[in-house]
Amino acid sequence: MHLLIIGNGITGVTCALTVRQLQPTARITLVSEESLHHFSRPALMYVYLGHLRPQDIKPYEDWFWAENRLELVHARATTIDAGRKTVSLSTGPTLTYDKLLLATGSAGRRANWPGQELAGVQGLVTLPDLERMTRDTHGVREAVVVGGGLIGVELAEMLSAKNIAVTLLVRETHYWASVLPAQEAALVQQQLAAHHINVQYRTQLAKILPDAQRRVRAVRTTQGQELPCQWVGLSIGVEPNRQLAQAAGAETDRGILVDEYLQTSLPDVYAAGDCAQHRRPEAGEVAIEQLWYTGRHQGETVAHTICGQPTRYQRGPWYNSAKFFDLEYQTYGRVPAQVPPGEHTFCWQHPSGRHLLRLNFRSDTTLAVTGLNALGLRQRHDVWDQWLRAGTPVTTVLAELGAANFDPEFYRQHEADVVRAFNQQYPQHPVTLRRRRGLFSFRS
Amino acid sequence: MRKLPAVTSGLADRAFRAEANVFVSVFCLMSTVSLAAPTPPVTPVSGVEKALLTLVGLGLLLLLPVAFDADAERARLCFFVALGLLSAGTLGWAAFTFGRKPAGVRQDNLWLRGSTGRGSLAWLTAVVLTGFYVVLYWFSADDGQGNFGPLNQLVHALDPLSQALRRHPADQWFLYGTFYTLAVLVMGGRALWKYRPSPYQQIRTVSVMFFQLGFAFLLPGLMLALQRPEYYFSYFWPLKQDYLFPGTVSYLLKDGGPGLGVFMVFWGAVMSFLATPVLTYFFGKRWYCSWVCGCGGLAETAGDPYRHLSDKSREAWRWEVRLIYPILGLIVLITALLWLGAAGALPGWFTTPQQSGVPLLGGLSPVDGLGKVYGFFIGSIFAGVIGVGFYPLMGSRVWCRFGCPMAAYLGLLQKHFSRFRITTNGGQCISCGNCSNICEMGIDVKQYAQRGEPIIRAACVGCGLCSTVCPRGVLNLENGPREGRYQGSQLITAESLRILS
Repeated sequence: MHLLIIGNGITGVTCALTVRQLQPTARITLVSEESLHHFSRPALMYVYLGHLRPQDIKPYEDWFWAENRLELVHARATTIDAGRKTVSLSTGPTLTYDKLLLATGSAGRRANWPGQELAGVQGLVTLPDLERMTRDTHGVREAVVVGGGLIGVELAEMLSAKNIAVTLLVRETHYWASVLPAQEAALVQQQLAAHHINVQYRTQLAKILPDAQRRVRAVRTTQGQELPCQWVGLSIGVEPNRQLAQAAGAETDRGILVDEYLQTSLPDVYAAGDCAQHRRPEAGEVAIEQLWYTGRHQGETVAHTICGQPTRYQRGPWYNSAKFFDLEYQTYGRVPAQVPPGEHTFCWQHPSGRHLLRLNFRSDTTLAVTGLNALGLRQRHDVWDQWLRAGTPVTTVLAELGAANFDPEFYRQHEADVVRAFNQQYPQHPVTLRRRRGLFSFRS
Repeated sequence: MRKLPAVTSGLADRAFRAEANVFVSVFCLMSTVSLAAPTPPVTPVSGVEKALLTLVGLGLLLLLPVAFDADAERARLCFFVALGLLSAGTLGWAAFTFGRKPAGVRQDNLWLRGSTGRGSLAWLTAVVLTGFYVVLYWFSADDGQGNFGPLNQLVHALDPLSQALRRHPADQWFLYGTFYTLAVLVMGGRALWKYRPSPYQQIRTVSVMFFQLGFAFLLPGLMLALQRPEYYFSYFWPLKQDYLFPGTVSYLLKDGGPGLGVFMVFWGAVMSFLATPVLTYFFGKRWYCSWVCGCGGLAETAGDPYRHLSDKSREAWRWEVRLIYPILGLIVLITALLWLGAAGALPGWFTTPQQSGVPLLGGLSPVDGLGKVYGFFIGSIFAGVIGVGFYPLMGSRVWCRFGCPMAAYLGLLQKHFSRFRITTNGGQCISCGNCSNICEMGIDVKQYAQRGEPIIRAACVGCGLCSTVCPRGVLNLENGPREGRYQGSQLITAESLRILS
């Protein structure tokens, strides 16, 4: 079997590695226009910050690919002929395949702002984006970042580390309002303030203004304000790269449409990761998942189907993590910005504003825990996964909270404070803390 | 802190060539870059920073008149003013750099600055450090009349301190010990500022500062003042290889007196053969390498700006295994031969002085000669000249990783008989590489983290920086039951594809 994978991001590479395990004799080819070698997209910011060199964000050393017989092609896939099972490349040759995986990822969204084509205006998704940013931010004194999401805060951190004054434009009333409850967003705002980021909420970009050299000179906001800046970062989300599949005749909507086995409408053509849109997402799930983790899960799942072991995509309890300047964020299960009907929420916050823990749980008799937000606290994924799958009552979770503590040794333990606060807020569900973490041990 | 004469031989050439191979392969691997990018802007240096660095520069400059001024009083004054400026400048710089921003992990521009990114300043620093070690080890021995070669004035500037502490005049090793301790304390202060969000890093840094000052500086000096052997209670065989040589043992028993001498020998043996396995079983090798050891203490403080320079490649790992275990085997063999010789269990030739004509070995028995060769190449050249001199080019743990027999011994225990591991948090790894980058021992930590596997490596000294810098809260140093120690997370399918052959 020859498996051809378009895209060498986390989805394509995970699929390749899984297929290599399942079918040691399969021929596997990875095509990427962006870079010859797989790299970690979430790590782009660390190269700019100077924490890492470009080669340090490659998850595998260069010998890895040849030793595992994974063929790498550095070219753009221009067209797919699903009837003949061929893919033509920008460099000339045409590749034939038995199975084709589209893992083409996504691209930064644009809102057709006047001036968005000016020099010094860009997003940060790809390696070429990073190179442009690296080149274009020399000598920049002021920058504007548009979008109150994860990339927006990353851009703000990158720029402010270079002593560039940053204004962040956020459409909503608080940071990442589509995901974070207000209390969590307030802690992120504290971080932004501590790092001197000027955040303008309820404000959008109206227009980008040029100078004589067609470089950005300033932006005008929807509030009518003109902000001088020499660089603009656009980070209002990403959209699936579906054009290649669309041109080949695959059914697409916002993304490439796939069934629960991640198959497209074309025979032997699959799509996974950022570019895929599920036709029938499970209840409460989104149709397009654009996360490193979900990309990895989908790549692994589709590999099984490709190797003749049809496997439905079942992600299991949601999880995600991020870091907002110095504030780490982990979430397990679902904690929507607004408390869903039929659920209670409990939120504990340390007076310093550097630690927060929120638990959502069902208001019925099960008291089953449905989600956790942790800021400035590290929580153990395996333990939370079990609690969420089992629908463990919040009272049991709190009593056993020490078992989920993943903070390093000698860190202050907050479980007793958390339980005390819960008992004050929900005296009808009394909890006694049974499990603290030992100083030098875990798993008692 | 070893005291051996300079010499060259065929063995030296071979050893150097082996070393050179490591370095050549290391540097070749460094240059395999295919994700090329222009250089990002570097944060401008502020006026305050320049002023504080000026203090450091003036301090360095003032050491010159100390070395060459004929007036001993003035030289001494210059010396202490120089140390004061160096310390104040460095601590002030650290407080300014890490203190004015909110507490957090600050690694900005690490690879972009020449001083920490193998730039010209790093080369210069390496040449100066290496040169200092060469002069110290081979050109500054007492000529019998209290002259210490090029370091003479520096040594004598310390006479009052040495007299106060040890009731002995200073020598070149006291000068070295003073510089070493000062480096650990001052750069330890910097580390305390830098890592202040992490209680683990703070406590650990205080620990290495305490053991260097107390156990490797004050206590040995005090022993000397009391006319006792200058014993270091924080160094053990096989790192301090001669502490269990028959010659040292009999000297300690004689000069230490019936109580203290016996205690010293007992302490050394118990620490090497009982405390080391027991403590490593419970806590991993970190209890020593990154909490107590002086070499580790210097690496964790003065070497901290260079920790990311260690080579993470598979090839470097192969060199590590090729070098460190044979060195452990060699010192075990030498120690065994010395004891067998002392017990008269070896044929006479082994313990009879020979006139071999080889400069280093002249007049020594073959067994003693072997010990001397080891001390010269491993103890002096590897541990000192390369181990510290090459900090700015190869990272802070070259000796610990490639050469130290104690690290090899602790590593074997950690790998096979310990409750220690670094746990990976489920599926949360994003393969960003910050953990691998910061690992001073050159472990490619993310190879394990991205598979959801715990990290159990002989090399790991448990400094905890991978956990500190992880932006997703993925890594944690833990001690737990040995059952299931290698068990990976169920939330990520660990690829069985080989990362090592």
